[in-house]
Amino acid sequence: MEHTVVSASNFNAWFGDNHVVKDVNIKIEKNQCVAVMGPSGCGKTTFLRCINRMHELIPGATAKGSLKLYDDEIYTMNPIYVRYKIGMVFQRPNPFPNLSIYDNVIAGYKLNGLSMPKADLDRIVEKSLTSAALWNEVKDAMHKKGTFLSGGQQQRLCIARAIAMEPEVILFDEPTSALDPISTASVEQLFHELKENYTLIIVTHNMQQAARVSDKTAFFYMGELVEFDETKQMFTAPTDTRTQNYITGRFS
Amino acid sequence: MDARIKIRNTKSILFKSVIIFLAFVITLPLIVVLLYIIKMGVTQVNWHFLTKIPAPVGETGGGISNALLGSLIIVAVASVIAVPIGILAGIYLSENSRTRLAYYSGLCVDILQGVPSIVVGMVIYFWVVKPLGTFSALSGSVALAIMMLPIVIRSTEQTLLLLPDSLKEAALSLGVPYHRVILKVIVPCGFAGILSGIMLSIARIIGETAPLLFTAFGNPYLSTSLTKPIETLPHLIFNYATSPYEDWVNLAWGASFILLMFVLFLNITTKLLTRKWNIQL
Repeated sequence: MEHTVVSASNFNAWFGDNHVVKDVNIKIEKNQCVAVMGPSGCGKTTFLRCINRMHELIPGATAKGSLKLYDDEIYTMNPIYVRYKIGMVFQRPNPFPNLSIYDNVIAGYKLNGLSMPKADLDRIVEKSLTSAALWNEVKDAMHKKGTFLSGGQQQRLCIARAIAMEPEVILFDEPTSALDPISTASVEQLFHELKENYTLIIVTHNMQQAARVSDKTAFFYMGELVEFDETKQMFTAPTDTRTQNYITGRFS
Repeated sequence: MDARIKIRNTKSILFKSVIIFLAFVITLPLIVVLLYIIKMGVTQVNWHFLTKIPAPVGETGGGISNALLGSLIIVAVASVIAVPIGILAGIYLSENSRTRLAYYSGLCVDILQGVPSIVVGMVIYFWVVKPLGTFSALSGSVALAIMMLPIVIRSTEQTLLLLPDSLKEAALSLGVPYHRVILKVIVPCGFAGILSGIMLSIARIIGETAPLLFTAFGNPYLSTSLTKPIETLPHLIFNYATSPYEDWVNLAWGASFILLMFVLFLNITTKLLTRKWNIQL
């Protein structure tokens, strides 16, 4: 039996009075790639940002219900510890413009003031960049600023930065929506390799992408989790009419 | 048809010539002032001028070392007071721009910027000079620090507001605590802007005279003590330019030249540094 990494039961989230995530129940298993899709404003990004406690950073944002990482309630853990364990990659590549490529990868250690022998850091940088399929492109330009890279490379640098912390789960918030098709393909290729070691949760607007990369797909509509199933099942024989309407393009 | 186009073209050319001419005209006052002060002041400046204190009436020679050192000390101490407070307040304003406290303190910063410098001097006279019982370099620094504050606060705030939220989110998502996000990511990324604010505020206060009249007071001798009256460049210029002795007036010209060079240096270095250190987002 697979091990459940992230689970939500009756989980709700609000922005002020606006109820954006409604009674979500979901179990996400280890080393799976889960796509979260749905029309704009359906609460999928909000749900994702609750998982690593980024939701609460927005003034007026609240959440209620149970959300667990393994057996620990995420909302009673120290948010800093949660974010060590659950990494995140954002919609737009956001490498630190004041840091070199090398320092960007180990930013999680450096900015937290965790000191380590240089040899260990070198090892982490090489390993993370290799996992993010960026090592060969940047290994001779380590001292250059992270923003020197192209958009797709920057996004892979951000993935390397998340991997470097060796999290349990990596959240992706529309990770390719700011990238060109070639960069998108290279990032998608990565997902297949990353799920060997990590659990991936990917919010995407792009149905083809969900179909290409994920094992399971969750469909959100108006704040509710309408359906959560094997991706193949979902795209061939969805059980809910709303899912069917979305997939067949009757609304978006 | 052709005639009408011709008229239009002529109008365009005329308009363009007028604005080019005006753009040139507005540079004239600066150029004239610069050239005149250089002409009058540059001949005064030599090693002796920079290292000696003013000579008593009747003696020739003398320099402005007391005022030069005094200005540097006073501005340095004012910066030590104003820069940390200003940067921290600027961080607060940019981080909490929607709170009521930020609105009202922002308003106060704007009003503080408009408070006449002589009024700041008077307040410091009653708050610092009177209780301490003596004019002092320190009281002058406090007065100048108050004048620096609004510029440092606003420039820090404006610089940090321009940084995208995604930068902060990137750091927070790595489990970096808030204070380290500010100190290790936000401030370093805005460093060029914050620094240029500091430099410009120094350029702004180094020539202030009014608040120093009844705080730092002035001193014909070399002093490095914070608790004693101290001479400053603008105060020396004010005193000596209006004196009846030609030697002293020349001294004032020389001091004006030095002061002007200071301000020019600060402005130009700021421009160069911000270009060099500006971070490409």
